[in-house]
Amino acid sequence: MTRAESDPGSRTGGASHSGRDADAVVRIRDVWMTFPGKTRDKDVHVLEGVHAEVRNGEFVCIVGPSGCGKSTLLNIVAGFIPPTAGQVTVEGKLVTRPDARRIFVFQENGVFPWLTVAQNVGFGLQRREPTERDRIVHHYIEMVGLTGFERAFPRELSGGMRQRVEIARALAAQPSIIYMDEPFGALDYLTRLKMRADLIRIWQEERKTILFVTHDIEEAVQLADRVLVMTRRPATIKEEIRIDLPRPRDIDSPDYLRVRDRIFDAMGIDRTTGRIGDGSTLDEKSVVPGL
Amino acid sequence: MSSAAPLARGKSQRRLERYVLPSLVGLLFLCVWDALVRISGSDLFPKPIEVARGIGELAEKGLLHKYIVASLFRVTWGFTLAMAVGIPLGLFMGWFKWAFQALNPMIQVLRPISPIAWIPVAILWFGVSDAAPIFLIFLASVFPIAVSAAAAVANIQPVYVRAARNFELSRFDLFRRVIVPATLPQIITGLRIALGIAWLVVVAAEMIAVSSGLGFLIIDARNAGKRYDLVVAGMVMIGLIGLGLDLLVRRMERMDVVRWGYHNQ
Repeated sequence: MTRAESDPGSRTGGASHSGRDADAVVRIRDVWMTFPGKTRDKDVHVLEGVHAEVRNGEFVCIVGPSGCGKSTLLNIVAGFIPPTAGQVTVEGKLVTRPDARRIFVFQENGVFPWLTVAQNVGFGLQRREPTERDRIVHHYIEMVGLTGFERAFPRELSGGMRQRVEIARALAAQPSIIYMDEPFGALDYLTRLKMRADLIRIWQEERKTILFVTHDIEEAVQLADRVLVMTRRPATIKEEIRIDLPRPRDIDSPDYLRVRDRIFDAMGIDRTTGRIGDGSTLDEKSVVPGL
Repeated sequence: MSSAAPLARGKSQRRLERYVLPSLVGLLFLCVWDALVRISGSDLFPKPIEVARGIGELAEKGLLHKYIVASLFRVTWGFTLAMAVGIPLGLFMGWFKWAFQALNPMIQVLRPISPIAWIPVAILWFGVSDAAPIFLIFLASVFPIAVSAAAAVANIQPVYVRAARNFELSRFDLFRRVIVPATLPQIITGLRIALGIAWLVVVAAEMIAVSSGLGFLIIDARNAGKRYDLVVAGMVMIGLIGLGLDLLVRRMERMDVVRWGYHNQ
């Protein structure tokens, strides 16, 4: 049997069972996003009526073709940009701007290059008293495996280590939710595998809610409790796939491959040619203005 | 070991390129200079050795020390004022688009006016005193400082500002903990350029507006007795001190908090 089940109800948002989910901490309700073009008919419609919810402690991945607007969606959820229409609530409150209780992890170069590893990790802890701050900083540096590099500057670290610094900085602020925007996208394959395994271990220790955007289907299947599959632009969430496989997940197991193929199918991708249903390929992205 | 030899050669080759070659070029320059003076038979233009003696003479009389201090004093004041005005002005213009729109055209009109052209105005306003060259140095260096600070703010990686907003920094903390350190490398580069200009300007200003300093030394040595050995001695000192000032700012560029901002090191 396949343990991945599709939840078509999510397509209709408010009326579905997930729309009534009492545990949801993040509720995305009918979010539309249009970036203005030079003329009205050149407006870029990025998101069209996105509905989604994330439960407390859940690890949710949003996957979709490059340039589909998943990153835009995450930026709206985090409060960096206001949606054209619709609303996002977190813990019952309308999101209007970024909040220190929800930390965003950027794709790359999000750490401050003028601060050491320890100073970066402690960035959000300025109001704590120094000994407490040091304790927290030390704890999270250890958790991400950077002990010994406290006094190093980001330029002295590899790309993977810099992402670890940023993850530690996010964790140290002790947020309830972490938003991750393709945080491993710029890393090489082996580093990415290692980072995923470590992220899962950290998530299991910390039990934070994580909303993770990626274009990498394998990554989503390895990480997520639930995968939200987005369509091409103008994007909406086309399908929701629950993944009940035990962790750590073997990327060769038949169950894993079955889930992966479900997502390929949901995105309408031909697995040998990379073509999407209508004949175009994933790489044919156009740049979204503003992001 | 066979691998050690090329490594060692690499090191000595680097030393050769770094110190030995420039020294040879300097020596060659002095030889050509000396030869040209001898060939021309000029009795006014000094040979290198006469310039060295001239420097010795100035040092002995205490003039060298006095004039260097006078010039550096003016540069220090003019440049400090230029930093105090230029850096905040530039940051302000970089952060608020409207401020840039409002002020930039004015700056671009003032900037190409040579500081030398301001000398009569400076004398009119400040008389023959230290204030005149200080004003000129200020004018010459404030614009490059402000323009580079404005550009530095405009070039801040948006991700730094977004991360700071995510941590809900106050406006003051955003400025202190993100804007300032993020712009510092480019501001220092602007300071280096401006300090070079300031050093050029102090010499010109001292020739006209005051009666001390290295610029005055040059014009005075010529007017008082056609002492071209002292004229060139003054020039040599200006060059050496200018080099020293540049090295000083370059040292700042190697500080840990700014090193990330310079890509080719």
